[in-house]
Amino acid sequence: MRPFTYERAADALSAVKAVAENPGAKFLAGGTNLLDLMKLDIERPTHLVDVGRLPFAGVEEVNGGLRVGGAMVNSKLAAHPRVRELYPVLVRALVSGASGQLRNKATTAGNLLQRTRCAYFYDTTKPCNKRQPGSGCSALEGVHGSHDAIFGASKACIASHPSDMAVALTVLGASVETLTPSGASRTLAVQDLHRLPGDTPQVETDLAPGELITAVLLPPPPEGGQVYRKVRGRASYAHGIASVAVAGGRVALGAVAHKPWRAAHIEDALAAGASAVEAAEAELSKADRSDRNALKIALVGRLAAAAIEESKTRRTA
Amino acid sequence: MSSVKDWAAPNPITENRGGLIGKGVDRYEGRLKVTGSAPYAYEVDAPSRPAIGYMATAAIAKGRIARIDTKAAEASPGVLLVWSHLNAPAQAPRGTRANPRSQRPSNPVLASDRIENFGQTVAFVVADTFENARAAANLVEIEYAAEPGVVDFVASLDQADQPPGEEDVHIGDFPAAYAAAPVSVDETYESPIQNHVQMEPCATTAWWDGDKVTVHTSIQMVKGGQHALAETLAIPSADVHLLTRYIGGGFGGKGQAYDDLILAALGARALGRPVKLAYTRQQMFHGTIHRPAVSMRVRLGAQPDGRLTAFAVEATTHCARNAIFTEHAANFSRNLYAAPNRLTGHRLVKMDLPGAGPMRAPGEAPGMLSLECAMDELAEKLGLDPIELRIRNEPEVDPETGKPFSVRQLVRCMREGAAHFGWERRKAQPRQVRDGRWLVGMGMAAAIRGNFLLPAKAGVRIDADGIITLRQGMTDIGTGTYTILAQIAAETMGVPMEQVKVEMGDSDFPPAPGSGGQFGAATAGSAAYDAGMNLRKALTELAVGDPNSPLYGGPAEYVTFENGNIAIENRSETLAALVARAAPEGVYVEGSISPAADARDYSQHTYGAHFAEVGVDVVTGEVRMRKMFGVFAAGRILNAKTAKSQITGGMIWGVGTALTESNVVDPRYGSFINQDMAGYLVPAHADIVDLDAVFLDEADDKANPMGIKGVGELGICGAGAAVANAIYNATGVRLRDYPMTPEKVLAGMLAVGL
Ligand SMILES: Cc1cc2nc3c(=O)[nH]c(=O)nc-3n(C[C@H](O)[C@H](O)[C@H](O)COP(=O)(O)OP(=O)(O)OC[C@H]3O[C@@H](n4cnc5c(N)ncnc54)[C@H](O)[C@@H]3O)c2cc1C
Ligand code: SF4
Repeated sequence: MRPFTYERAADALSAVKAVAENPGAKFLAGGTNLLDLMKLDIERPTHLVDVGRLPFAGVEEVNGGLRVGGAMVNSKLAAHPRVRELYPVLVRALVSGASGQLRNKATTAGNLLQRTRCAYFYDTTKPCNKRQPGSGCSALEGVHGSHDAIFGASKACIASHPSDMAVALTVLGASVETLTPSGASRTLAVQDLHRLPGDTPQVETDLAPGELITAVLLPPPPEGGQVYRKVRGRASYAHGIASVAVAGGRVALGAVAHKPWRAAHIEDALAAGASAVEAAEAELSKADRSDRNALKIALVGRLAAAAIEESKTRRTA
Repeated sequence: MSSVKDWAAPNPITENRGGLIGKGVDRYEGRLKVTGSAPYAYEVDAPSRPAIGYMATAAIAKGRIARIDTKAAEASPGVLLVWSHLNAPAQAPRGTRANPRSQRPSNPVLASDRIENFGQTVAFVVADTFENARAAANLVEIEYAAEPGVVDFVASLDQADQPPGEEDVHIGDFPAAYAAAPVSVDETYESPIQNHVQMEPCATTAWWDGDKVTVHTSIQMVKGGQHALAETLAIPSADVHLLTRYIGGGFGGKGQAYDDLILAALGARALGRPVKLAYTRQQMFHGTIHRPAVSMRVRLGAQPDGRLTAFAVEATTHCARNAIFTEHAANFSRNLYAAPNRLTGHRLVKMDLPGAGPMRAPGEAPGMLSLECAMDELAEKLGLDPIELRIRNEPEVDPETGKPFSVRQLVRCMREGAAHFGWERRKAQPRQVRDGRWLVGMGMAAAIRGNFLLPAKAGVRIDADGIITLRQGMTDIGTGTYTILAQIAAETMGVPMEQVKVEMGDSDFPPAPGSGGQFGAATAGSAAYDAGMNLRKALTELAVGDPNSPLYGGPAEYVTFENGNIAIENRSETLAALVARAAPEGVYVEGSISPAADARDYSQHTYGAHFAEVGVDVVTGEVRMRKMFGVFAAGRILNAKTAKSQITGGMIWGVGTALTESNVVDPRYGSFINQDMAGYLVPAHADIVDLDAVFLDEADDKANPMGIKGVGELGICGAGAAVANAIYNATGVRLRDYPMTPEKVLAGMLAVGL
């Protein structure tokens, strides 16, 4: 960890200004990701602006949907009665992430912006384009990683986004509400928030420097059953090898790309009357196939098909 | 030398009049631990505010430090000292012993520019705070001249050699018998590198007082640590006071001294103030030992009735080039099943990886993963139940040496386990049981682990208040040693537990070998028992010789110790009254144990049987435990609670071994891919659903005076194989490559069209 300064933001706008004006500054929320990365000398902010105590940590009813504060912690969100009623897929995704202790600290915004779990990203003795742009990607020829992307990866980076919550938000068509350094706010669909790696895997989102996520907007739940399934080595407290969220006819996949992956081909195929297996095949046939990930592609296809079938047995929330 | 016959007579432990032996007594130090007030090595109060150390570690597997620049680190805030190989204090050359009786040789740090493994300590920073020390360590600039190393085990199997000083064991004519066997199995099983991932990383707090150094450190062996430090610093071991009172897990990984011990002591000497130093979680993976990967070929030849005629278990494993260690993964098989024609042996590849070394049940833990699956495979070929196959090969005497068993209740473990578990529900054909999305299967495996007794001493004193204090240079690595020693002392002296204090983990105390090889309880406990018996003698003499004692002049052989009293029939007084009056300064005696010469005339082991039921997700290949049960025979049980938590803890390790735990070397860098506990997966609570174990009634009078044996390692032996066999029974997919991750299970399911 490098020396840094710390301030607790008085309000959202001054937080935004403080970060926008200082290239070394970062927001700090629960700290469960950022502080770990600082201790490992992966993140090196010179200034932290703590937004964890700003007063946007509640849930409001908006137009038949919900507006969730960016600083709300994951465990509270998962326990919220209206969230449980309307968005079971989100609840399942939240509680399948991390551990109870971490979920008590992790915030909505921080969860969306958590960084990859690629093992080479974490080992500072190894080349990694995401950590050190231009140094190379150790994962490309590295030890098989179960978290490798199978969609939208580049030669520069094959890491996947590890958030469970983000997969559910994507399938629900949620968007983030932000405050920009100009003082204006804007909304951005969660599925457009993160970028594919391209040549700049170190740039992970479309947020401007200093842009603060103040809320997540959840539209009314779609018709149809909701399911979240996550595949992992142990029964809890492990990042997913793959996950799938289904809500009605919509499907999103997790741990398969640099961003939560809205499975448009599956959705189109389902809308055209395809079976779950055929629909999954429509998406997976477009995956970046390699020796490394053939098995993962098979796994994701089976998982997606099974979750779609399961969703048919669930009632609309 | 003593004889096992000396141990046959009844004694206070075997008579157990106070009922303390076997009782599920709560942890002696439990309250301290759950309230966070047991000071671990990094947390002890030093005489003045300690400075904090931090190690910088090598980024290559093999080569040389071509250039090292510590200027920026030295100029960093709060920094008190920065050492590299260029300016580190002189230490004795590696592996040397100035005192030939030292249990461990010199183990210098920062001794040269050579890099022998990834993660080797290359610089040491001490600063006023942890954060400043770590920040400065990150500023040390190093250029390496890397050299190619041997880091890929599977690709280096052709370099495997006979371990030094060992030969294969041939009995009968294995090749001929195998060729002639009508039914056979020939399979190779792979188990990966595993890390101990103790909760508490290695850590030391050190300070000096003149020429004498005091170190609080986290180590399983008190004398080994004391001697290693003394040899490295080239000082007399009497000048090293080593304390290790609470240890947050060892599992064999803390059987030796690491750089924290040496550097904290050197740093404290250089700075003239206390220094503390801990490994980070990440540093533990490369900076301490690991269980090596093992590749095991098993060949079994059997008659149609299941009798084994040919039996070969051959293990290939690896160790660090300069730290020879053999994972004796085939040894257990020498004592398990009868077969007239046998071949067992080991091969070793020397590699440029961090040191391989003991980890909970070294040998058996990886070894049994092979044979206990091969037996399952053979049973299926023969159309026999796996338990029946094992019973048909149950030996009368040790199958290799022909020696009698001290006690052997393996068959009873399997039979009682089967009845309790509901083994009859198992379908012999795989892939017959479905529960929703789960394919359900059952598996079993036998367990065997050697039992050992080493020489040990103990001291016990009684003070005028009647409090009995046991002192021993023993360790409690979380297993319950404090508790069982208190029980032994209390039962021997006929006093309630509250009247006993246990002090250990101190190099000034009478030495015991420490915790390891599941010899701790038997070894330290037998010495404690002996010390107690000597104290009884001393107090008896005191009482019958004291005119003021009601026992005065009585026959010593009729003296009893019960309920805190010393008595001859109805003449009695409390121990406190006796000591306060007749020896107000207290009475101190010592005791000891050494292995009986004729103990080696017996084949002596602990045994068990594991039963596992798993569900395999038919879509994803995820394996989840549904139930696990074990029956064990391990001599007299000292404490029902701590013994059970040792055994079930071992079984849980078996679950991790079967399903998740592994580290993989990236051959390009010679480093492990997993360097934290988010990547190295041990079972979490949710993985362990319905898991239980029982012990059979047993006393092994060839083991030691108390008839007890070890339980710390038995639980893991075979446990993973039971899970693997259950996966096969559930899916019809036979995996021979541990751990059985969702990817591997899925690949297997795809291959059989599931
Ligand atoms: C051992 C472990 C296991 C885990 N397992 C899982 C898992 O299985 N599934 C899963 O989904 N997650 C998992 N996580 C990740 C966990 O969910 C994240 O660490 C957590 O959600 C991050 O939230 P936080 O509030 O602590 O973020 P912080 O660490 O405070 O911040 C993360 C990032 O978000 C930025 N940020 C924070 N708030 C805002 C804001 N309002 N606007 C803009 N930027 C902001 C910060 O600058 C930082 O870059 C795991 C974490 C750990 C440590
Ligand atoms: S996959 Fe991405 S995060 Fe991983 S090493 Fe390559 S560049 Fe770094």
